[in-house]
Amino acid sequence: MQRQKLPELICPAGSLPALKAAVDNGADAVYLGYKNDTNARNFAGLNFDEKTLGEGVRYAQSRGRHVLMAINTFPQPGREADWQRAVDGAAALGVDAVILADVGLLDYASRRHPDLRLHLSVQGSATSYEAVNFAQREFGVRRAVLPRVLTLAQVEHVIRNTTVEIEVFGFGSLCVMNEGRCWLSSYATGESPNTVGACSPAKYVKWEKSPGQMTTRLNGVLIDRFGDDEPAGYPTLCKGRFEVNGETYYALEEPTSLNVLEILPEIARIGVAAIKVEGRQRSPAYVTQVTRTLRAALDALARESERYHVKPAWQAELAKVSEGNQATLGAYNRPWR
Amino acid sequence: MRQAFSIPRFQLPAFVSAIGTRLPQWPHALALTAALNAAARMKLLPQDSLATLEGRSFLVEVLDTGGTACFTYRAGFFRPLFGAPATPDLAFRANLSAFLQLLTRQEDPDTLFFNRELSIEGDTELGLVVKNMLDAIEWPKLPGLPRPHH
Ligand code: SF4
Repeated sequence: MQRQKLPELICPAGSLPALKAAVDNGADAVYLGYKNDTNARNFAGLNFDEKTLGEGVRYAQSRGRHVLMAINTFPQPGREADWQRAVDGAAALGVDAVILADVGLLDYASRRHPDLRLHLSVQGSATSYEAVNFAQREFGVRRAVLPRVLTLAQVEHVIRNTTVEIEVFGFGSLCVMNEGRCWLSSYATGESPNTVGACSPAKYVKWEKSPGQMTTRLNGVLIDRFGDDEPAGYPTLCKGRFEVNGETYYALEEPTSLNVLEILPEIARIGVAAIKVEGRQRSPAYVTQVTRTLRAALDALARESERYHVKPAWQAELAKVSEGNQATLGAYNRPWR
Repeated sequence: MRQAFSIPRFQLPAFVSAIGTRLPQWPHALALTAALNAAARMKLLPQDSLATLEGRSFLVEVLDTGGTACFTYRAGFFRPLFGAPATPDLAFRANLSAFLQLLTRQEDPDTLFFNRELSIEGDTELGLVVKNMLDAIEWPKLPGLPRPHH
């Protein structure tokens, strides 16, 4: 059998310590963003300024790892220059690639910085090889991150029909609703990932504690109620429990985490170029735990190929940090499309 | 071995908190604010995050020791509050083991929060600022201490 290439491991960095944790624990690349609304994790106190960016890029690149800069929100009318400046800044800094979603910005980047490597963000919502090849033809995109809505067979179909590298999500909280086009947060708050760079911004979130239970509200909209020993989830509409036809349940999605350890050999076999870990909003402890575990799994796959099997210790480590404490293969193994 | 040391999940017996709540509480606040001021002086805390803490009141409660600390941040310094505000802007509550796991970066605050081992009440955005500020601290590497490595 021909030796297959191992997918790269791409890990999140919301801060300098998280970046170092990713690099030290075996990430091939880290992705990060500026402290502003040009990226989809624009949370108070998170992300990088010029100083920490410079140090982060040096730390990773001097150890032979790559730095990918996410500029993956959509430029807001009249403020296009802010997004263009972000691209210019990333190019000047010497990052290894920028992750973009907006076609206008892709166009700008490809003209202004022809040598800058472009990745199509998951927010760009390319689910077919036609869309991926369009981005390649028009802007020279080298890699596309596929939304978490495709089955493994569909991912393979895309890979077979394009020369663009394909990256998929390997672990993290699920945000599957119409990747890149979800407006649930705007429905409740007027702000959503694509406009302000955050889903369900914290200023709208209220956790109300009362004896025996905790209530979550998003701009007054009741999202969920937890008993004292029930696990909590992120305060997003998609993960709320709602009353539908007289029944109260997770009407849109259960709070779970995606976890592809079980199908890692398949992912490598079909030629996925990279797997991405979600969670720039999480702490260095999470980055350490997840990076270390996925690195161990990928290395085991490289060593053992057919004899690869998932170690219970890996699953335990990942289950611990999961939202909702349960893992799923998400759409990858869904019978329907 | 994963780490040079690891803090297990534990809970102190209830009588400890019964004693703890009867002790004066301000020494906790004094120790905590002194530590935070030291961190600020060493420029470990980012300026922009500090600015958003101005004038806000914080409560840290260690449930199983019964210890509480109230403090505020004003004009560049963390200062203890001697009377606990009825509703602090932000309250963190957890058992000692969870706080220790947090501080040593052994556990992720979101993990503890999902598992209901850490309770955060009050202004959610302020909570996020504080959480991200703690995450972003680059602890100086002290020579001679075992690095938490594997
Ligand atoms: S509401 Fe849910 S699916 Fe929509 S953007 Fe937010 S996290 Fe994603």
